[in-house]
Amino acid sequence: MDLGTFLQFLAAGLTVGSTYGLAALGFTIIFNTTGIINFAQGEFVMLGGLLAVVFMHWLDPGLPAAVVLAVLATTIVGLVMERLTIRPVQHTSVINLIIVTIGVSITIRGLMMLLWGKDTYVLPAFSGTTPIPILGATIAPQSFWILGITLLVLAAMRYFFSRTIFGRAMLACSFEPKAARLMGISVERMVMASFMLSAFVGAVGGAILTPLTMTSYDVGVLLGLKGFAACILGGLGNPFGAAAGGLLLGVLEAFGAGLISSAYKDAIAFVVILAILLWRPSGLFGAPDTERV
Amino acid sequence: MKSSTLRQLAPVAAFYVLVLATPTLLSYDYYYLSILTMAGIIAIIVMGLNLLLGFAGQISLGHAALFGISAYTTAVMTATYGFPLAVGMLSGVGLTAVVALVVGMPVLKLKGYYLAMATLGFGLIVYIFFNEAISLTGGPSGFVGIPQLHVGGFTFDSELSYFFLVWTTVTVVLLISLNLIHSRIGRALMALHASDKAAQSMGINVARYKLFIFVLSAMFAGIAGVLYAHYLSFVAPSSFGFHFSVQLITMVVLGGMASLWGGIAGTVFLTAMPEFLRAYENMEVIIYGLILILCMMYLPQGMAGGVSKLVALVRRRLGRA
Repeated sequence: MDLGTFLQFLAAGLTVGSTYGLAALGFTIIFNTTGIINFAQGEFVMLGGLLAVVFMHWLDPGLPAAVVLAVLATTIVGLVMERLTIRPVQHTSVINLIIVTIGVSITIRGLMMLLWGKDTYVLPAFSGTTPIPILGATIAPQSFWILGITLLVLAAMRYFFSRTIFGRAMLACSFEPKAARLMGISVERMVMASFMLSAFVGAVGGAILTPLTMTSYDVGVLLGLKGFAACILGGLGNPFGAAAGGLLLGVLEAFGAGLISSAYKDAIAFVVILAILLWRPSGLFGAPDTERV
Repeated sequence: MKSSTLRQLAPVAAFYVLVLATPTLLSYDYYYLSILTMAGIIAIIVMGLNLLLGFAGQISLGHAALFGISAYTTAVMTATYGFPLAVGMLSGVGLTAVVALVVGMPVLKLKGYYLAMATLGFGLIVYIFFNEAISLTGGPSGFVGIPQLHVGGFTFDSELSYFFLVWTTVTVVLLISLNLIHSRIGRALMALHASDKAAQSMGINVARYKLFIFVLSAMFAGIAGVLYAHYLSFVAPSSFGFHFSVQLITMVVLGGMASLWGGIAGTVFLTAMPEFLRAYENMEVIIYGLILILCMMYLPQGMAGGVSKLVALVRRRLGRA
């Protein structure tokens, strides 16, 4: 394989992988504060893209404003979801909470289908569509936007969790909610914040990917599954491992599609994940299991 | 011993009487009967999943794929290669069991979300295979021309005959399952649900029991698969995807985990509901989602838990009176 083809696959993989990574980051933010895998995470990604289309159509505020509005609206959806469906059922089993999130995801998908139909939509690219030639590969400008914004969001999250009081309080809840409560941290507020943050990063991923891959009311299912797979690949509970897992998953998929078979693209990704699960169940970047009786 | 066997058998007998009476109760409305036949087929898978999830505490998001493997196997064997029905059906259930054995051995070492992810990955791979192996499966447009069932000179060609066949199978599977959970094996499964390490220290071979129950529940899915393929005489990949695996889990949870009766009730309820919501067209999906959310919020033990709560309430009222 020549360098140009290699770069082409790498760029394609990192671009889609960014969205998987942001979805995976969203999964871990909620998992860390609540122990729930939020099956509506894919819907946050879908809302980020589709609501941007909706706002462009309804208000025509210009592309950047439409994207910002879509991300804000999705963040509010995260808040509403936590308030209405998660908070009232605190004292139930994890599997019941998972079913609740599946219910929320079905409801959101149904609402968007009712409001906006089943068609496929695309957003305009952020800065034109003239491909940029680099070392024999041609890369869409949107790919650079996607990678840049993803890295920016990751850096911001890193800063938030390690340097700000609020972020550190959220981390404290994930380590030991009871101790966090004793230290005067409102665990309820942190859970709410985790849903908002997770909706925020998912929506950013969806909004920046849509100019390249198009969107419709039902894209959330597969994006959510890939995000979940990325989490497991990177290590559940390690936010930045999960994001790295997303990038890696995207790259694996792109090379698998290019070199082996594009029809079996999704299968290749899951075969790799199965292999990694069996070889190292805690993921590539997770701490090895230290559970004792 | 005798009386406890009787206590188990009596409800099943009553259940089967209800099954026999159902067509009359519905005054032979074939639309409702076909919904119930489909619900019965799904109930067989749900019972297997209930043994796995509710009793042994092991999640599987790949049961739709196991169901599909069996359906496609009998379809290919009987329609493409012209083998007799019995061979097709046996190879459907048999291959499903073998696949479950091969996949289960490594995968069941995983726990919780990791097991969920692994079974989900398995399910997606199989689903993609159904879509892409077009020369074998017919691809996305489906596999047509699966022969109808017949035994000796009798052909199952009416809605009513399939209704009785399916619900008789449900009853038999229910009997087998009830027997299992009241046996030594059932107690071992519940022990490993509570804590597999404690179970291990009591001398239970945890790995072997997990594998046993996984293969058994896969065989239930296999039985459902062959019934499904020959009942509809058509199969397509979209019936065996991730969404259906999630629906199966939902039916177990909605009915009440570790309650076989609840599982059947949950299945019939969730299979019939979309049919009654069809009048509301696009609202159907939203209502389905809302019902899921509300049930989980206000009936966390599922329908079985709701009923026993109600029974307890009535008893208390009666006791006071």
